[in-house]
Amino acid sequence: MRKEKCNAVLIHVILILMAFVMIVPFLWMLLTAFKTISEATSVNPFVILPSSWKFDSFKNVWKSYNFLVLYKNTLLMIFFRVVCAVLTATMAGYAFGRMKFPGKNVAFALVMIQMMVPGQIFIIPQYVMVSKLGMLNKMFALVFPGMVTAFGTFLLKTSFQGLSKDMEEAAMVDGCNYGQRFLLIMAPLTRSAMISLGIFTAVFAFKDLMWPMIVCSESAKTTLSAALAKMQGQFSSNYPELMAAALMACLPMIVIYVIFQKQFVEGIATSGGKL
Amino acid sequence: MKRKMTKAEKTEARWCWFFIAPTMIGLVVLNFYPIINTVWQSFCETGDFGRGNTFVGLKNYIDVLSGGEFWISLWNTFKYALIEVPFSVCIALVLAVLLNRKMRGRSVYRTIYFLPMVAAPAAVAMVWKWLFNQQYGLLNHIFGTDTAWISDPKIAWVSIGIIGVWSILGYNMVLMIGGLQEIPRDYYEAASIDGATGIRQFFYVTIPLLSPTIFFIVQTRIIGALQQFDLIYMVMDTSNPALGKVETVVPVFYRYAFTYGNKGCGATFVILLLLVILALTVLCQKAEKKWVFYN
Repeated sequence: MRKEKCNAVLIHVILILMAFVMIVPFLWMLLTAFKTISEATSVNPFVILPSSWKFDSFKNVWKSYNFLVLYKNTLLMIFFRVVCAVLTATMAGYAFGRMKFPGKNVAFALVMIQMMVPGQIFIIPQYVMVSKLGMLNKMFALVFPGMVTAFGTFLLKTSFQGLSKDMEEAAMVDGCNYGQRFLLIMAPLTRSAMISLGIFTAVFAFKDLMWPMIVCSESAKTTLSAALAKMQGQFSSNYPELMAAALMACLPMIVIYVIFQKQFVEGIATSGGKL
Repeated sequence: MKRKMTKAEKTEARWCWFFIAPTMIGLVVLNFYPIINTVWQSFCETGDFGRGNTFVGLKNYIDVLSGGEFWISLWNTFKYALIEVPFSVCIALVLAVLLNRKMRGRSVYRTIYFLPMVAAPAAVAMVWKWLFNQQYGLLNHIFGTDTAWISDPKIAWVSIGIIGVWSILGYNMVLMIGGLQEIPRDYYEAASIDGATGIRQFFYVTIPLLSPTIFFIVQTRIIGALQQFDLIYMVMDTSNPALGKVETVVPVFYRYAFTYGNKGCGATFVILLLLVILALTVLCQKAEKKWVFYN
């Protein structure tokens, strides 16, 4: 009994140490953001806690980088991508998972091929398309590559396949056509897969750096991620402001994650490494 | 096979095409046309200011393969993967085993370990760059050293690898916990009856039974590591003397295609990357047959 207790303590010590390592960068981000530049770059004595908790860096960054617009752009991009991805993937997933039609295997093979190819291969032509449409620096450009999702189609197909036949047959006997069956009976049953896909799409869109940098280079049109990259290039030595910006960019997602952590962990984990 | 479709089958097929049309049209426009276009692009030379495309055959491939940059960046990519994949997988495995029991604070630990997954890589890179700062960074202060973590060509690749491990650890761990929960308890009971305790159980029961999950994670992480962009782009300035020892394939592709506007060479880089990934996938499938235990 005593040995077991010893083990339990040891395990907690290891886990707490590791948790500390994971949290330190975030903590340091927070502490630095509240410091003055001279506090942040003081070596002797090394300053750990800021002398006062002033929001000056946050205010400066908020104003000079117009964070409100960045939040709005990022939120809208996430919203449109999630709506498009969930809608198209659920429809296609239903057809692939529960119906028969000529050409089904070929169509599904195309979905699988898309999942196996590295994403960078699409970027140059996608950029050329957006640019030819005159859509650079527009919301459309940010949403464009995320309008459909092969991975989501696959996820929803699996989810539809797992449903029992009874409900659908009952609906068929009652004279529902495919559209009604899909909309009223089957789609609501895959709610948890839809939520997973929605969270995955949102986090992926939020984290994406390369695409918004390419298509939305104007500060007022871009997303949080790409704006951070720009800021770092512009004032690379004002660490309190850089950390304040990084913190403000991450905070909303972190808060939502902490509240819905179970759904988030499941949603992202189902992605199977496609992140 | 050439029988006529019944009316019901026709209706079903029509509905199907309606359901899959948005996805299929999207995939063709956004993915399949771009694949073909990128292949074609890799045989073409882009004119000045990104204007005009002339077919030049294999010239891009010859240029890219005979120049040093592709091979160096590929070697850097492997170096990065060599740190990120084994370390993130092993640490995640240990953490998953420790967390896979009834205990206090389990979900708190999981939430903390998983946190980097929801942070923007740009922000993560910024804070690590600050932690690694030679003069004012926290790390040099804690260890009392004066290490140039990210500008010393000898160690910069390790530093980038550390950030990679830190970023992906929690994700691997969550997948491992999922795998661990599928191992039936009987195996452990049988092992205890045979006298195997903690460590032996880990090596003789957990590892073999978890090998499909481990294999899946290793494979997807290798492919993911080969596509690393954000960290290197954000942490390594263009003026950093260690850049050449760290820059992986995708950042080099980005530089060619979008900074220099040389789409031909950029396309060649991604096609070559695709080939490397395909080759590795085939290798992984071979390795799977040999090492992975399915019951």
